[in-house]
Amino acid sequence: MEMIFYGLAALTLAGGLAAVLLKNTVHCALALTVAFAGLAFQFLELDAQFAGFAQILVYVGAVAILVVFAILLTRGSETPMDGVFSRTWLAGLAIAAAVFAVLSWAVLGSTRALPGPGGAPAATPTATVMQIGNALMGRYVLPLEIVALLLTAALIGAVIVAMHEKAGSL
Amino acid sequence: MIANLDQIFVLLKQFVIGLLPASWQPAAGVVLCVVAIICVFPALFAITVLLERKGLGRMQNRYGPNRVGIFGILQPVADGIKSLTKEDLVPLSADAVVHFIAPVFLVVVVFMGYAVLPMGRNMTLVHLDAALLFYFAIGASTELSVFMAGWSSRNKYSLLGAMRAVAQMISYEVPLLMSSVAVVMITGSLSLDKIVAAQNQYTWGLPHWYIFTPWGFAGFVMFAIAATAETNRSPFDLPEGESELVAGYFTEYSGFKFAEFFLGEYVGMLSISGLGTTLFLGGWSAPLAVLGWVPSWFWFFSKIMLSMCVYIWLRGTLPRLRQDQLMNFAWKFVLPLTLLNLFVTALWRFMGDGWERWVVCSAILVLAYVVMGRTGMHRDHLGARRYRYAD
Repeated sequence: MEMIFYGLAALTLAGGLAAVLLKNTVHCALALTVAFAGLAFQFLELDAQFAGFAQILVYVGAVAILVVFAILLTRGSETPMDGVFSRTWLAGLAIAAAVFAVLSWAVLGSTRALPGPGGAPAATPTATVMQIGNALMGRYVLPLEIVALLLTAALIGAVIVAMHEKAGSL
Repeated sequence: MIANLDQIFVLLKQFVIGLLPASWQPAAGVVLCVVAIICVFPALFAITVLLERKGLGRMQNRYGPNRVGIFGILQPVADGIKSLTKEDLVPLSADAVVHFIAPVFLVVVVFMGYAVLPMGRNMTLVHLDAALLFYFAIGASTELSVFMAGWSSRNKYSLLGAMRAVAQMISYEVPLLMSSVAVVMITGSLSLDKIVAAQNQYTWGLPHWYIFTPWGFAGFVMFAIAATAETNRSPFDLPEGESELVAGYFTEYSGFKFAEFFLGEYVGMLSISGLGTTLFLGGWSAPLAVLGWVPSWFWFFSKIMLSMCVYIWLRGTLPRLRQDQLMNFAWKFVLPLTLLNLFVTALWRFMGDGWERWVVCSAILVLAYVVMGRTGMHRDHLGARRYRYAD
């Protein structure tokens, strides 16, 4: 239904806008969480159950907490002295536009397989958990292992950074 | 007759929505089920609170509440009236919007978890293929509410309690998920209905519950530990430590908002007990094949209340863990054991039927537990316990 899509899109956009426009950093983090949740509900509306629930589990449950911890453990929770807008906003705008262009090129390229706006519902791709699991363990096992390596490196790096601080302060 | 008693709630629901016009029936069915959940589980919460206060009292060699009603039965009613009529204090410098949203968010998220629990034969609210993932996704959102509560109170003790609580919940979420993955591996599905159906078989009159297998027993123990830590229950209740942090992240909440946190915590306990019974204790299946005539929902709810009694028992018995002990326990003991449990589960599956797999799997788990326990104790310079008595 179109209404649900527009409502969720408005929610996501509102969350994203609030995340950059609010003054209090923790409020920004919470607004970002609302944007994440909006994306998750979009996934669920498209019947991608695994993607939607994984989005909630990972983004709302872990990444949002991580962002909040980072804000609290640094001094970002006080209201900023010299404004919330950065001085290099033009470069930021250019980079955001470039990323948006790449993403929309990828998305529009993949919709060639789906029927047009007036077409009959053709075989919509289903993505049950079993199919995702089979794909990850079969065709995409190399990217899976590389991502695992990346996560291990991040974990070890975090431990080393934390350990270094303790040894450095002694 | 017996099948009717088993399906009595389903039949009641069909009768009620049969009285409505056909176009309203699906929505009415969902609304009816949701209303039933919202009525039943807070009632169980009231019973649990009373059970806890009386039970803890008896464990501490005193009566619990016994003034309100015979044996204190009306105490939850008195508590409810008290929390409704207390003044609702919000600190002047607190962040009013977030302060208000935090308990509401907690209660909403906690009740959403009940949507996928199979409470009896044909008594699941939503049949999802990825039901377990939904439950864990919802459970992960409770941490956010705890953080919001602690931070918005503008109180150092609250913030400290909130940080500790969030760190604890994140640390124990990994063993929680990993111990459930073993169940998913054996069943081959994330759907809770299929997991219960796989355990609803009987050999020689004994059920196929996963807790009766070596990996299931280890998985259940680790799930129980992680669930106790996830709901901030003793012995993991340092974030809420009454003797240390005033009341942790809900220090600045009074009146009904405190009652909402309390409700959220206990309803969360009931919910995660429900998940534990579904995954390891067979959900709504009877313990013996001969007892199959007892309604399925009776078994589910009695298993949940048994889990509550174990929670209360743990609270009255074990001392509180210190924050660093708690985190060490999670990362250095429980998590490696859950990973080993995954390996043992795979071994169980591929060794095929027979007595060898029981021996091998039990031996690996017991050996790992003993070795890791001993090395951990040695590293912390703990020896055998010495008792000193007053002379």
